[in-house]
Amino acid sequence: MVPYNQELRMIINEGVVMMSVYDLKPGQTALVSGILGDEKLAKRLRALGANEGVKVRVKNFAPLGDPIIINFMGFDLAIRKSDAKNIVVKDVV
Amino acid sequence: MTISVPKRMITAALIGNPNVGKTTLFNLLTGSNQHVGNWPGVTVEKKEGFINDNIKIVDLPGIYAMDTYSNEEKISKSFLENGNVDLILNIVDASNLHRNLYLTMQLKEFNIPIVLILNMVDVAENKGIKIDYEKLSKLLDVMVVPIVASKGKGVDKLEELLLNDIFSKANHDNDNQYHDELRFKSEAETYKYIEGILSQCLTHTSENTVTITERLDKILINKFLAYPILVAIAYFIFQFTFSWVGQPLADLLDTFVNDWFAPHVDILLSGTSSWFKSLIVDGIIGGVGSVIVFLPVVLALFLCISFLEDSGYMARVAFLMDKIIRKMGLSGKAFIPLIISFGCNVPGLMSTRTLESEKDRKMTALLLPFMSCNARLPIYLVMAGALFRGHEALVVASLYALGVVVAFFVGILFKNTIFKKDDEPFIIELPEYKLPELKSLVLHTWEKGKGFLRKAGTIIFSVSIIVWLLSNFNFSGMTEIDKSFIAGIGRFISPVFIPLGFASWQNSVSLLTGIMAKEVVVGTMGVIYGGNLTKILPTVFTPISAISFLVFVLLYTPCISLIATMKKEYGGKMTAFSVTYQLVLAWIVSFIVYNGGSLILRIF
Repeated sequence: MVPYNQELRMIINEGVVMMSVYDLKPGQTALVSGILGDEKLAKRLRALGANEGVKVRVKNFAPLGDPIIINFMGFDLAIRKSDAKNIVVKDVV
Repeated sequence: MTISVPKRMITAALIGNPNVGKTTLFNLLTGSNQHVGNWPGVTVEKKEGFINDNIKIVDLPGIYAMDTYSNEEKISKSFLENGNVDLILNIVDASNLHRNLYLTMQLKEFNIPIVLILNMVDVAENKGIKIDYEKLSKLLDVMVVPIVASKGKGVDKLEELLLNDIFSKANHDNDNQYHDELRFKSEAETYKYIEGILSQCLTHTSENTVTITERLDKILINKFLAYPILVAIAYFIFQFTFSWVGQPLADLLDTFVNDWFAPHVDILLSGTSSWFKSLIVDGIIGGVGSVIVFLPVVLALFLCISFLEDSGYMARVAFLMDKIIRKMGLSGKAFIPLIISFGCNVPGLMSTRTLESEKDRKMTALLLPFMSCNARLPIYLVMAGALFRGHEALVVASLYALGVVVAFFVGILFKNTIFKKDDEPFIIELPEYKLPELKSLVLHTWEKGKGFLRKAGTIIFSVSIIVWLLSNFNFSGMTEIDKSFIAGIGRFISPVFIPLGFASWQNSVSLLTGIMAKEVVVGTMGVIYGGNLTKILPTVFTPISAISFLVFVLLYTPCISLIATMKKEYGGKMTAFSVTYQLVLAWIVSFIVYNGGSLILRIF
């Protein structure tokens, strides 16, 4: 279940197909549009700077496919794919 | 101030993000004048150090924010609120100010004067970042001190400022002004504010090209090379600890204690009564000596772990192993403590301290005793040699594998029961690689060794005396082990082992003394069965009861050194739980093995 928060409402209102960091390929960059799911994780990611409009790049997958390395605000972060699904992005570059 | 008034002790809280050189700075400021303990009620390490008699520095856990619900953050918050903190030393990574200043913004809400310590200004410079320190200080309204902790640059200046005690005067009058305007409604707003400040005092002279970190990551987390390299590094640490450096030194120390020190004391005490001599030589020197010989192993291991930790590779280990180890409810970093435990559980347990979340630390600590340590091997070999000649390797390998399988299932069980609500999301920063500082490595390593000797040593000291008393005395005075209290206890508990197929007071006593150290099981058997075990054991064990016995040895409560270390690191309650559940589990698995095995044999 995804909590019905502001970000989600925004995404639905704009009628955009939701895309997350999980859907990006290594090397692809996109802009964060919001974070869903577990509030603990969402709060942590936002505190680290994953806020709306911030550039996020998928750098690498682990050799076993999970977790993945993403880069935003100038540092690398390892995150599980299931959590990466909650980072909603737009404007894929 | 006049000289006659003694100055009040000033408490400074050192706080910052992980991987910004906080520990290095703490070590530089306080040297070996440190005290390591636990924060009350949790397994988070608390470090205090002193610059001089007047200034105490408390090293708070590395955190990114104050309000994302982790234990480390709660501790830091409540300490800043109630710990009578006079000064906050906020260390930040100068090459990544954006993210680091987020915590600074939250720290400003505490109304405590802040010194912003910009570490790694050399790295920032190499990245082409120019920082206007004065402007930054003015805009943030805090004192700014640039340093390079790894090279010790700027630290003397910082120390001088601290000793001159100027902050409490400089900042206290105006700290209410900025307070109200810094109430941010969201994280995004805070970051916008930080961005506004940094745009005025940062200039980027060049875009950085491919960094060393990126080049190293191309190899170290490469699809094909990552695991071979990881295995090679784990193998190296294992060998370094148990074959090349740690164990040989431990053996030397052991030889010194047992072949030189103990005989000399023995001669010295030759005039005294035999019980006194036995207490000193067998009880105290024997018991405490068995702990001291762990020291080189602990030191060797921690040298390696500190190196991995400080270099930035440890975060990659977590990244690489996460998918595998997650299945048993742990995060990838637990791989190292578990591997180390195959050598000896004690250093393995001590290294659980390096895990991020409390749940990971506790779960790893509870599961690692199932990794079959070196001390259990002699028992396997003696039993297998006596009852399964020609199949020793298979028996030993199966036992090691059984330990892993049991840990796996117990992990799944714990994950879904006692640790269910503690589930932490897994995110780990992959810091840039750097060459660790020797001074920092040595200090950290020595710190671990010292703590181990002091805490574990005292517990073992008292337990050694108790075990000595029990195995050398009965109500009529000093006696042989087969008539001692411990033999009585062995006879009393031996019915418990009837369903497991190896009930006899001799086996019970062997298992009891095995709590001192597992290899003692063999020694005790040698004494009480008297003579050649290879010939005697087949007369008292059937193949199935022998397997059942070995399974019990593998799984039951580990040695007193581990119990003492666990008490030191995790407290009495968890230690009691660990000891109890392992006894119960060992009994259950042995029961299944013995009765299942007997049943199968009867059918075929």
